[in-house]
Amino acid sequence: MDAVIWSRLQFAMTAAYHWLFVPLTLGLAMAMAIMETLYVVKKDEYWKKTAQFWMKLFAINFAVGIATGIILEFEFGTNWSNYSWFVGDIFGAPLAIEGILAFFMEATFFAVMFFGWEKVSKRFHLISTWLTGIGASISAFWILVANGWMQNPVGTTFNPDTVRSEMASAEAFWEVISNPVAVSKFFHSVTSGWVTGGVFVVAVSCWYLWKGRNVQFARKSILVGGFVGLLGTFAVMLSGDISGVHAAEYQPMKLAAMEGLENGGRRAPFSIVPGVEIPGMLSILATHDLNGYVPGINDIINGYTDNDGNIIPSVAEKMEMGRTAINALAQYRTLKDTDPVAAAAAREVMEANVQYMGYGYLESPEDVIPPVGIVYWSFRLMVGFGMLIALVLVLVLWFNYKDKLTKMNWLLILSMLCLPFVYVCEEAGWIVAEVGRQPWTIQGLLPVNVAISDTSVGEVMTTFFVFLGVFALFLAIEIRIMINAIKKGPSVE
Amino acid sequence: MGKIKKKFTAVWELYRDGFKNMTWGRPLWGLVILKAVILFAVLRVFFFKPAMAGMSDEQKSEQVGEHLTTPRKIQ
Repeated sequence: MDAVIWSRLQFAMTAAYHWLFVPLTLGLAMAMAIMETLYVVKKDEYWKKTAQFWMKLFAINFAVGIATGIILEFEFGTNWSNYSWFVGDIFGAPLAIEGILAFFMEATFFAVMFFGWEKVSKRFHLISTWLTGIGASISAFWILVANGWMQNPVGTTFNPDTVRSEMASAEAFWEVISNPVAVSKFFHSVTSGWVTGGVFVVAVSCWYLWKGRNVQFARKSILVGGFVGLLGTFAVMLSGDISGVHAAEYQPMKLAAMEGLENGGRRAPFSIVPGVEIPGMLSILATHDLNGYVPGINDIINGYTDNDGNIIPSVAEKMEMGRTAINALAQYRTLKDTDPVAAAAAREVMEANVQYMGYGYLESPEDVIPPVGIVYWSFRLMVGFGMLIALVLVLVLWFNYKDKLTKMNWLLILSMLCLPFVYVCEEAGWIVAEVGRQPWTIQGLLPVNVAISDTSVGEVMTTFFVFLGVFALFLAIEIRIMINAIKKGPSVE
Repeated sequence: MGKIKKKFTAVWELYRDGFKNMTWGRPLWGLVILKAVILFAVLRVFFFKPAMAGMSDEQKSEQVGEHLTTPRKIQ
């Protein structure tokens, strides 16, 4: 394995690890804010104690998850320096805003939430609890603006002098933050966090019911957790549908890999599992039109005409235009100080072909195909477990309402199993999004093998295994602290 | 002025009393500090030196421009 593969593995491991903590933070924040709202509105101390218990688990998750995202930024500088320089202010601005906002909002309202119970008014405390969750969601938005730009690089121009993608105006910044891919990713990611938070509350509560302890607490928590989880699943389905349309529009190869669709067409089928298909369903999902055209892997490689009548060049043609852009960039950089007229001509050629520049680094048209098996099965794991979770949440809420849940051991066990399932959904979702866009770090502009630093396999391997050890240690610590806190239980029955 | 001072004192007391009266939160803060030390004093210093550290913006442009226009052999 070369340095590119090791760097990708390291980044994937770090991102997957970071993503263990973020969804629970987002979802649990929502659940405990609703519980505290019930305490303030109903003036019921029981809800206060309930909210306080879930806040404790929130704090444990937060403490272990904090700063795991910073390691990703370390890796940008060490392993992905070409990429870091190339993206320039597009990545810098959102991440800086995220850092400042996350620090100030979370440091302020998190402190009020934990230290302020007897110090500030009920209303101010409630607002702080809500703002802790909202602050975490806003942080996620800025991260996803950066990620969305990598999937659909809008609002920027490539400057051959600085070798960076730059935002030329305030309108460009608006274009970057209103990027449809970023917006749908934001809603999909945050609402998936609600599912995780809701399932966590339900699973832990079901454990109490299974053990026959803290029954009233567990039943009340299930009411809120189930509601948050179910609301999240509906929102995830809706935002997932929009993400599918965006994938069809901006990253058709990712969609083709998700479906294992070799040859596309109109009335394209949706694959349940290999050999089991729903005719026309993929066209409906991807274009909201039964007769919508969905290109397959071979169509994308050979070129096709999209639903708006645009002729999309073959990958070989894009590679040719990409090489033209790269050669023109080289000429421009050589001539700009000695022959301004020839340099201007070279720049013009580069600008005419720059949207396909990344293709110029590929060795064969098949290089644009991501690992289809990984993407295909990750998508099915995400959707399959997601549907199971939605069903379990409906059943749990119904039987909890009917006061029959405590006697239904099979449903309690199934609810507890949903906790690992929801994490599989979360991680599988990221695999679909990130493995599905290979070979690109920036769609169409920069493939992974050009984005990498001058680094050696040995260096990346060393840091990979150091991280693996550190991550495993902290995860083990968190799980132990979390289990102890759950075993100790809330202060109410 | 007195009102502002009072507000600052209240905020200071919130944090001070909060940290002082912490029970289950204490080991969590220990964990956060331990992690920060590992991240910033060990990993950042010994393992994660930015590849283009110490270069000026011109030098960075030059190097990345070179990588973009001249294919490298990846190890």
